[in-house]
Amino acid sequence: MGGWFSKPATETQVTHGQRMWLYVLAVIIMVLLVAPTLIVIPMSFSDSQYLEFPPQTWSTRWYNHYFGSEEWMQATATSLKVAVLTMMVATPVGVLAAYGLHASRVPYVRAAFVLILTPMMVPLVLVAIGAFYAYVQLNLLYTITGLVLAHTMLALPLVVIVTGSALKGYDMTQEDAARSLGAPRWQAFLTVTLPQIRFAVITSALLAFLTSFDEVVIAMFISGGDNPTLTRNMFNALRDQIDPTIASISTVMILITTLAMVLAQVFGQQKPPK
Amino acid sequence: MAALGMNADGLRRDERLERLRLFGLSSPALLLILVVLVIPVGWLFYVSFIGANGQFSLENYERMINRSSYRRIFFTTFQVSFLTTGLCILIGYPLAYFISQLPAKLANLCLITVLLPFWTSLLVRTYAWLVLLQKQGLVNSWGMSLGLWDEPIKMVHNMTGTLIGMVHIMLPFLILPVYGAMKAVDADFMKAAANLGASPRKAFWTVFFPLTTPGLFAGALMVFILCLGFFVTPAVLGGGKVIMVSMKIVSNIELFVNWGAASALGVVLLVATVAILWVASRFLNLDQIAGGGH
Repeated sequence: MGGWFSKPATETQVTHGQRMWLYVLAVIIMVLLVAPTLIVIPMSFSDSQYLEFPPQTWSTRWYNHYFGSEEWMQATATSLKVAVLTMMVATPVGVLAAYGLHASRVPYVRAAFVLILTPMMVPLVLVAIGAFYAYVQLNLLYTITGLVLAHTMLALPLVVIVTGSALKGYDMTQEDAARSLGAPRWQAFLTVTLPQIRFAVITSALLAFLTSFDEVVIAMFISGGDNPTLTRNMFNALRDQIDPTIASISTVMILITTLAMVLAQVFGQQKPPK
Repeated sequence: MAALGMNADGLRRDERLERLRLFGLSSPALLLILVVLVIPVGWLFYVSFIGANGQFSLENYERMINRSSYRRIFFTTFQVSFLTTGLCILIGYPLAYFISQLPAKLANLCLITVLLPFWTSLLVRTYAWLVLLQKQGLVNSWGMSLGLWDEPIKMVHNMTGTLIGMVHIMLPFLILPVYGAMKAVDADFMKAAANLGASPRKAFWTVFFPLTTPGLFAGALMVFILCLGFFVTPAVLGGGKVIMVSMKIVSNIELFVNWGAASALGVVLLVATVAILWVASRFLNLDQIAGGGH
């Protein structure tokens, strides 16, 4: 151990011992990054109103409260439905846009790309009140359709960026080869290009799902009535007081997010069909 | 020859058509953004110039200059954004440096600690801090049992709580581009600097650090812009004591149904964001931030 301390750690011969402070600091920061979120999980099984850690008595009372509440269950169902639909709309629309912009090389591509990035640049609150106004005119307020459209719009830049950068690293002449052998463009895309950018497309789908599932500000304005989202109800509950039920809901949300990531990994790693 | 020329014209026309058709593939995406975002925001822009009497007026903007409560909101917004960005740099840069020097396997493991919060719901993380920092919370009870302080410290529903939450949420946005820039630095440069007699400190500040500044600027810019329009974390952890522009916009709509005032604030926020991006784009390659680089 003493030997390791006096060994050089960098090209400039600083030893491990001399930059022990950096290692300690880095470990503390990493713990602070991860711990607050993970600590919610054991806390949610606490019997106390104040969510002790470690819990003195374990109980599932906050889970019973969550799963027994029709209001929370309905909100969870709405959020999941909207997130899955957003993923199913945003992924094909975004991949088409990324492919179109990548392949067409017309002068308007740059402008179109900037337009697609605007949802990332405009402050979310402004997007939310704008959508609220538009939905009053379009009769889409408090509807699933309205939420899916707004969340799709929000997810599009991510899908286009991720898929677009995969297309940049992809050799389009492979598609030309397929087409010169008689495949129509759509077939060349589906059977030659798509399998090779598969991982980016799946990552895009995951990002679209998470964007919708986590979204609070837009949902605050355009969800409600019969269809409030989980995040909207959570946010309202947080504004009033610290309800321990939120800890159990948070744990379920962490579980859903992790599950989505694992699924994306599993599908992404599979070999393309021959 | 004439026939050949016509043929070439036809081919060129076909290609132009083909390109336009390909461009058309992006139309559903463009249409959606136009209808749900651009047109409504355009309307808000218009509404911001309409006064209470329904006529053109600048009263919504004058209010921001004349009323001290509005000036304070802008001051708070910039204060929170600057402090968060500064703290993220101070905390994120050393961590990115640490990870960038590790062997690949260990580095990937450490990167997970950066990416994990990235994937976790914003609301869940904000809630976690609310629980940890409250009076009966973990931080206070541990701090007191260790004898660090005697009475519960108020760490949430104020500026402290807001900053802790904001820094935690923004850190990955800073660390990832900085880490990317650090990995791109050629290790031989540091060897050369040492070989030419620079002390480790001097080699770091005159060779390594300048090479990573593009990544640092990109990350800091991203954090700052996101902070300017942030809503959820200050609304929950600020406890009504930290009022940012985005929160004033929401209360103008929800409580006062004053679209003109809300729109004007939104327009100022948007203009500030675009102006900062525009200034930054003169110094930086913004494609890098959007991830569209390479």
